Amino acid sequence: MSELDAALETFAQEAQELLTEMEDSLLILEDTPDDSETINSVFRAMHTIKGSSGLFGFNIIVAFTHEAETILDQVRNGERSIDAALISTLLDCKDHTINLLEFCFETPEADLSDELKQVSDKLIEQLTGKAPQDQSLTTTEENTAEVETEGGNISSDNWLISLDFQQDALRNGMDPLSFIRYLKTIGSIEQILTHTPELPSGNDMDPESCYLQFRILFKSDADKQTIEEVFEFASDDCDIKILPPDSKIEHYLNLLDSQPEEQVSLLGDMLVKTGAITENDIKKALTAQSNSSQDEAETIKPLGEILVEQQAIQQPVVEEALKKQEQTRKKVATDASYIRVDSNKLGQLINLVGELVISGAAMNLMVERHGLADVEEIATSMNTLVSDIRDTALELRMVQIGETFSRFRRVVRDVSKELNKDIELTISGGESELDKTVVEKINDPLTHLIRNSLDHGIELPEQRLQAGKPAQGHISLNAFHESGHIVIQIIDDGAGLDSEKIVAKAISNGLITSADDMSQQEIFNLIFEAGLSTKKQASSLSGRGVGMDVVKRNIEALRGSVDINSIDGKGTTITIHLPLTLAIIDGFMVETEQERYIIPLSMVEECVEMDEKEWEIDDIQHYVNLRGEVMPYLHLGDYFHNRTHHNKTSRESLVVVRFGQTKAGFVVDELLGEHQTVIKPLGKVFQSLKGVTGATVLGDGNVALILDVQGLIHQATKNKQRMPSRLTSAA
Amino acid sequence: MSIQAKQNNGITHLTFKDEMTIYTALEQKNALSQHLNADHEIQVDLSEVSEIDSAGLQVLLFLKQEASSKNIILSLTHHSQAVVEVLELLNLTAHFGDPVIISADWKTS
Repeated sequence: MSELDAALETFAQEAQELLTEMEDSLLILEDTPDDSETINSVFRAMHTIKGSSGLFGFNIIVAFTHEAETILDQVRNGERSIDAALISTLLDCKDHTINLLEFCFETPEADLSDELKQVSDKLIEQLTGKAPQDQSLTTTEENTAEVETEGGNISSDNWLISLDFQQDALRNGMDPLSFIRYLKTIGSIEQILTHTPELPSGNDMDPESCYLQFRILFKSDADKQTIEEVFEFASDDCDIKILPPDSKIEHYLNLLDSQPEEQVSLLGDMLVKTGAITENDIKKALTAQSNSSQDEAETIKPLGEILVEQQAIQQPVVEEALKKQEQTRKKVATDASYIRVDSNKLGQLINLVGELVISGAAMNLMVERHGLADVEEIATSMNTLVSDIRDTALELRMVQIGETFSRFRRVVRDVSKELNKDIELTISGGESELDKTVVEKINDPLTHLIRNSLDHGIELPEQRLQAGKPAQGHISLNAFHESGHIVIQIIDDGAGLDSEKIVAKAISNGLITSADDMSQQEIFNLIFEAGLSTKKQASSLSGRGVGMDVVKRNIEALRGSVDINSIDGKGTTITIHLPLTLAIIDGFMVETEQERYIIPLSMVEECVEMDEKEWEIDDIQHYVNLRGEVMPYLHLGDYFHNRTHHNKTSRESLVVVRFGQTKAGFVVDELLGEHQTVIKPLGKVFQSLKGVTGATVLGDGNVALILDVQGLIHQATKNKQRMPSRLTSAA
Repeated sequence: MSIQAKQNNGITHLTFKDEMTIYTALEQKNALSQHLNADHEIQVDLSEVSEIDSAGLQVLLFLKQEASSKNIILSLTHHSQAVVEVLELLNLTAHFGDPVIISADWKTS
């Protein structure tokens, strides 16, 4: 029984992946409806799910997916064309399949509920009901298939050989005739055209120069290499082009198709291997390519294009080869021997590595304390290993954010339909990696933010046109790495935030009393406060004033931050900073009042020991002047220990931290250096604690607090602003 | 002199002697040029061409081109076996447009 359960589990996972892939493919099909590979992938999804469901006896799924599969098979065979309506229906089918799967997993024995059954019937009707009207479109596909074979100028089953002899050919001892005679020995010349377009008249004609050009239709079973060898001696004095016959094209296409997909080869290699072109062709094309790239640096022509231009090969062969190359690349990418690992096991591993790091630190401490010089060497090399293990272990959990991003294609598509808006989503930086746990937790906040942008941000097409913007709205989703963080941006080109409305609402809600001393940025950030919504009417999507505060809370729970910036009428940019991992970081340890603190190393810009020449503190204005650069600062001692008087004689140091664009200085008693920090979350009791995000266990068993740099920078900036007022009240 | 010229009723009869190859091409071409500048109708006897290569062929092609641009009536006659073989090989018989007499057994030699 448990084996069956395990199998079910695998099936569930596989089905999930297949359906996700199917959705992606369907969305791609919206733009490129003729892509047969994508159609195939949609078909495969339905086909595989149908097959597996049959194994488990989920007949309802089999019945439903069978219909979809049939339709897709027709599409695949060109009997039916794919259009927006069909894609919509298929997307619904995909959703419905998920529901069916869930239903089957939960209650394997039960009959289908009426509700689901109705949806099934409706979808099947939509799928099959439309078949006849689309049939007229199939003819166009056939036409395009015929057109494709052009590119070579021949339609018969012959090689096309063109020989343009250079003028020196005769002087170099070539006799073009002898090549042609020799050519006859390996096949038959069906047609030959001799022409001399460059033959000069009168005295200009030098009888010892060669002006001959030949176009030969040649019938032979020899491969291209053999034919080329015929002209081997002439290759320096003759421009030779050998185009394979149409039947060969077919042959090459087949060969290309049967090439193993184990590794990605270069286009040239693939073509040479099938015999479609020869090494010489490639050399010539590559030379042409590098020549042209020297001439005009901007446009380097692709190799395939050059080959076609040089008439070494027909367009379709190159296309097929490129397609094959792409396929292989994809396959290699996905095939690259993955193993499925239970994420709990990974989590366990990372916990263990965390403990290892801590006990490694403890060992170092002991080595140091007892001054064991000979052990030190071993300890150092073990430390290197431990940190390597740590990095590798963390990397195991790293996933690309692209998958999460591409889910939003569907969200954007559905929501914009629902709202009658035309919105395009562009995604960039999908390859940025971050911890799986972070990815999982960022999904909801991102969905919320994107829905907000769709709903409130982007205006209706009419409004957009009135505002002089293109009717199609645009949202872009970017991700990139920045100093140990991943930055996710949601940029829309919608109406932007109305700061006056926000202020008015915030005042009426009692969030603030006046907005006089607030920066634009701070006003925008008010929308992350609970209970604030500027949308007059709540829609089904957003606008109830709940949500944005939850978004902010969720992101902050990940030790991240969210910022919003907006230009009225131009659009809004929401920027999310997230740490790459939640488990172990490189930290920088400092000490103040005998208490140790960790600052994430990625945020440390520099450290300076107390030196009047380098930096000075202005207590009154509350800033620190470091080599002419002014920044807010915070006495960690003051902040965490309520220390009031400063012992001027003690040596102090300054740690300059940076978060995004803002910098601040932390004044500490001592710098203790880098420290591998295993982040232990603080208990619930400490959750409201400001300035601290977590704790870590040091080698000696003590606890050090991990500083919330962002919060502290904020605090330091506030101090700087408040200082003058505090002065006046003190006086 | 590898070309023999005879005048007859305003028609120039040219007979190529021996071979038409890269070795003789320059000489033959120069000789031809004189005739091309002066004559109106040229008959070329190719019966004595024992060997013809690309250069020789070019001379013939040149001759044809010059003749048609200068409105000279040109006819090639008595193609030798070597000439026929080349013209056939390159499918040029039609280009010169002259009747070619092929002996029954020429291919076997």
